[in-house]
Amino acid sequence: MGTATSAGYGSCVTDMTSLLVLPVAAPVAAAVFAAVCRNRRLNAAVAAAAALAIGACGLLLAVARGSGPVLALGGLLRADALTAVMLVVIGSVGAPAAWAGIGYVDQEVAAGHTTPRRVRLYGVLVPTFLAAMATAVSAANIGVMWAAIEATTIVTAFLVGHRGGRAAVEAAWKYVVICSVGIAVALLGTVLVYFAAVQAGIPASHALDIDTLLAHATALDPAVLRVAAGLMVIGFGAKAGLVPFHTWLADAHSQAPAPVSALMSGVLLAVGFSAVLRVKPVVDLAVGGGYLRTALLVVGLATVAVAALMLLVQRDFKRMLAYSSMENLGVIAVAAAVGTPLAVAALLWQVLAHGMGKTVLFLSAGQIQSAHGSSALAAVHGVLSRSRLVGASFAVGIAVVVAVPPFAIFGSMIAVGRSMTEVGLGWVLAVQGTLMVVAFAALASRTVGMLLGEPEPSAPAITTPRSISLALVIGIAACLALGLSAGLLAGLFRDAGLMLAGVR
Amino acid sequence: MNQDLYTAAMNTAAGTLLLSAVLVVWRRELRAMVMLLACQGVALAALPVVDGIAHASAEVIGVGVAILALRGAILPAVLLRLVARRGPARRGPARRESAPVVGTSLSLLITALLTVTAFAITRPIVLLQATVGSMAVPVSFALILIGIQVMATRRRALSQTVGFLMVDNGITSAAFLLTSGVPLVVELGASLDVLFVTLVLGLLARQVQAHFGDSDVGRLRELRD
Repeated sequence: MGTATSAGYGSCVTDMTSLLVLPVAAPVAAAVFAAVCRNRRLNAAVAAAAALAIGACGLLLAVARGSGPVLALGGLLRADALTAVMLVVIGSVGAPAAWAGIGYVDQEVAAGHTTPRRVRLYGVLVPTFLAAMATAVSAANIGVMWAAIEATTIVTAFLVGHRGGRAAVEAAWKYVVICSVGIAVALLGTVLVYFAAVQAGIPASHALDIDTLLAHATALDPAVLRVAAGLMVIGFGAKAGLVPFHTWLADAHSQAPAPVSALMSGVLLAVGFSAVLRVKPVVDLAVGGGYLRTALLVVGLATVAVAALMLLVQRDFKRMLAYSSMENLGVIAVAAAVGTPLAVAALLWQVLAHGMGKTVLFLSAGQIQSAHGSSALAAVHGVLSRSRLVGASFAVGIAVVVAVPPFAIFGSMIAVGRSMTEVGLGWVLAVQGTLMVVAFAALASRTVGMLLGEPEPSAPAITTPRSISLALVIGIAACLALGLSAGLLAGLFRDAGLMLAGVR
Repeated sequence: MNQDLYTAAMNTAAGTLLLSAVLVVWRRELRAMVMLLACQGVALAALPVVDGIAHASAEVIGVGVAILALRGAILPAVLLRLVARRGPARRGPARRESAPVVGTSLSLLITALLTVTAFAITRPIVLLQATVGSMAVPVSFALILIGIQVMATRRRALSQTVGFLMVDNGITSAAFLLTSGVPLVVELGASLDVLFVTLVLGLLARQVQAHFGDSDVGRLRELRD
């Protein structure tokens, strides 16, 4: 009996190892393949397949997960419910976005906007980006997690500036400078956590391992950890588009190619925030739950407020989508502050739904932009009558991100709202609700103006390459399916919520 | 190594770190700023080397030598190549900082204030561990704050990169002053990242120059709401 159990456990561990290694190895292999192979469409398909593999590993980890975390590669990689959720998010945004890269590059080549070298660079960088994000969410050591998140900045720098021209270069410069400084602040926080851990007598080689930190959290010096936690919220918050290092977001999202915008908005912001979620239990145990709750409430509400105000004055539809991402991440930060298991499960649910919604939105916005040659709102009317697919995709995407039922974010809003009243944060619900109504009104009125109405007689036709059409159709179907069939993944999200919930 | 010599060496290195940061604020010539950054890199590398000799740890000395190569030589060389591309004139306008956003004397005053602030905010850390290293930790925080000041008040792409590298030097020095450096895998990742960020910023600076005719990033004003 005992032998059978241990044998079963042993085989289970090897399976888990491959599930942990594959999400990093598959996109790395795709990047190497893209560096060697000259068929750019095949490269994009391979990258999409790698993204699918990441998502599939996430689902399998969710199904096979036991009570505790799983380790692999000598303790370098680690998976728990949060890892599984984030891998699913990376896969479900990464696959359609990588696939849509076929259409984007085809259009750029046909328009003569790009060089063979840039095309090749794009093919290598997209899977590398996926690999960096997969590493960040499955690192066992918060120092390695930090390095992987910083690597996403380096990889995406050239993707943001990929279209070339003054505006794209400017966006790339601001993006790298602001995010590098922000993430450097997070490194300082990591160094201080390490210092506190070594002071608490944890052996240096394990002092940044999440499990070790969790086990010894109460022994860490609270004063040092308070400084460290503040620095990490600000630093990782920079990658999540949270105030005060949020200014890169609209520039980068509006200038990046549409598939890259989808990846950045749909997953990169979430990966940045998952770093905060990762260290939150340690900080809560060491200094009490009130500290990060206050920090996240301030940062989250300020982010929602800035985003709502910027949405009101927006004249550019890609920037409008960027500020909508900021609004969603602010709401997610507030839900993390609320910190009940239900609220955390709901915020992860929102991360997934937002990622899918933004994929559809940015891909359809990219087609509108390439038809009009600009992303000014004033020029665009009657999209629905010119392309039903692009118009419908944009409408569905907006409905997802502003929390219209039956889409998934509506449900998570209800859950977070309920948690807020339970823990006595009713005033937060009131403030955030008001800001979200403002954002909703701004987004809805601009969307109606874009999609409906008579297009001007001179308005260009909106064409969609087959690859992007397919990505859009799959994206819409995924958004609907997620809204209507929450039950399948409910167990995973509940476990993640229980694991990450704040200390009362 | 006896205790007095160890203390003197650590304090000299920490003092050199702070002095080089103040001099970067003072100088406006791009080449001089890069040279000061190289001095800072050498002083930074001295921390683990001294520590490694004092504790007879070959691994820590090795890390120090790697830091010396990266921050004392490779990164400054990358930046110097950018200065060298800016036309033949030895003292031409392209080799200097543009018209300052904040004047030199005011900048130095801000630097002094930031240094005092750094001593104030590091109190809990110094109180937790009173070693020669942690006593010098305010210098690391001062370096970080001064680096951010340089990024905020300088307009050349290259000066901003120097500011970023000062922030990074500050963080690395904090790691060495507080502990004998973060675990090797983290140090490796962080060093690779800073090298790549510098290369990326250098390439982008070149693109900025090609598109805007100048590396004055104050001119980047196309994107706004």
